[in-house]
Amino acid sequence: MSTSIQSISLSGKKKQVSNKEMTFLERMYLIAIFKGLWITIKHFFKKKATIHYPEQVREFSPVYRGQHMLKRDEQGRENCTACGLCALSCPAEAITMKAEERKKGEEHLYREEKYASIYEINMLRCIFCGLCEEACPKDAIYLTISKELVPAQYNREDFIFGKDKLVMPLEMAMANTKNLN
Amino acid sequence: MDSGFIIEKSIFIVVIFAFTMVMAMYSTWAERKVAAYLQDRVGPNRAGWGGLLQPLADGMKLFAKEEFEPNTKNKFLFFMGPAIAMSTALMTSAVIPWGDRLEIFGRIVILQATDTDSALLYIFAIVSIGVYGIMIGGWASNNKFSLMGAVRAASQMVSYEVAMGLSIIALLMMTGSLSLKEISIQQHGLHWNVFYQPLSFLIFLICAFAETNRTPFDLAECESELIGGYHTEYSSMKMGFYLFAEYANMFISSTIIAVLFFGGYNYPGMSWALEHWGVNIANIIGIGALFVKLCFFIFFFMWIRWTIPRFRYDQLMNLGWKILIPLSIINIIITGICILAFK
Repeated sequence: MSTSIQSISLSGKKKQVSNKEMTFLERMYLIAIFKGLWITIKHFFKKKATIHYPEQVREFSPVYRGQHMLKRDEQGRENCTACGLCALSCPAEAITMKAEERKKGEEHLYREEKYASIYEINMLRCIFCGLCEEACPKDAIYLTISKELVPAQYNREDFIFGKDKLVMPLEMAMANTKNLN
Repeated sequence: MDSGFIIEKSIFIVVIFAFTMVMAMYSTWAERKVAAYLQDRVGPNRAGWGGLLQPLADGMKLFAKEEFEPNTKNKFLFFMGPAIAMSTALMTSAVIPWGDRLEIFGRIVILQATDTDSALLYIFAIVSIGVYGIMIGGWASNNKFSLMGAVRAASQMVSYEVAMGLSIIALLMMTGSLSLKEISIQQHGLHWNVFYQPLSFLIFLICAFAETNRTPFDLAECESELIGGYHTEYSSMKMGFYLFAEYANMFISSTIIAVLFFGGYNYPGMSWALEHWGVNIANIIGIGALFVKLCFFIFFFMWIRWTIPRFRYDQLMNLGWKILIPLSIINIIITGICILAFK
């Protein structure tokens, strides 16, 4: 016997509805109301799902793209050579920089002969796509290691993040080096 | 009438006034907390411990808001709306017995602003005036949504006041008195009226929801269809007064339910406490008992609000005229038969 189209349920959630007359008890709705009250009061005592944001921070996924960070190498020197590929690849045109030549005595600060004296990202323009990270040939810019969100500000100017906010803190670089050895 | 009496009553009235205000204030906080907890959230928790300063912050915000007035000819009525709503909400507390009596410095202080024989009628009268606040405000707003809200509020009040009055008549046949003090005294020792008049209690409860414009009967403001109904055009503290009046009304309704049906300030073992601990302690516990009861009903109001969706308008009218009124008339008949049979 072939199954008729009426009895097939692809989702398994098919439910027959009926328009039968309600009984007197059902029409009073009181039982239904008490059932509803029972459901809501159960939720009253449930554990709350809220994460209290500034105090509690939800764990980031390993690939979560947050605030950018300009990396330092294992000797604490900045990786960035101001080649400008990140700015070129940026679809939102959020990145600007100014290159400068490394002077004598600055070898402990910058890894190669050229570095970015100014490196700015406009966080209002940035769409956090990660194309800068993909374009970088020097392993310098990452969105995944800061594990931070870009905080809210009151002024538009405050959203332009310079090197002071973007470069990896020295302590973090030192800790990384310690982990390597 | 000695001057001590006047001073005593003045102090008592001020205390009750302050208490009503504080309760209404913290009802707004409680509403937000209860709503949040019923929806698995935590609610306001930034201003003060557990968000306890939230009502103050809300009040300050409302005071600081710009006061917008629509281009209406009825500036006076526009101003009168919230004033009526607020003052009627506060007037009802005058006849409620908050406790039996206290003995302070040899004086017997009756814990009731005034014990009139027509206390229940007074409450009904004041509550009915309360609807004028909504009607006048909605009409003077010169706005279709507001007018719609006002019309709905008015017809809802009219239809539910009838059922409410009829449900109380069955209670009055039993108690034989309109004085709330007398009704409280009769319920001494767990002879609470709710055990004798459960149907009357149910009808009164439903009507109380309708009278205070709370969900499931909040058709007067229903923000999802009438964008606030009668207070659409109101802003600043006038808006605050409307919202505040709603919470004050809720507090008063809860108190009246507690006094009429749940024994008021009576609690199990009150006569034992009167004998062993003295008048003062027993009555302070009594005030506490009334407070617990009315807090439960305020919670119940909120609990219902976040459980049941709003009625459709025709369903509301059906429930009022075709179900509650016949039901309360039947209740009167049954009560009459029972009184004839058992007394």
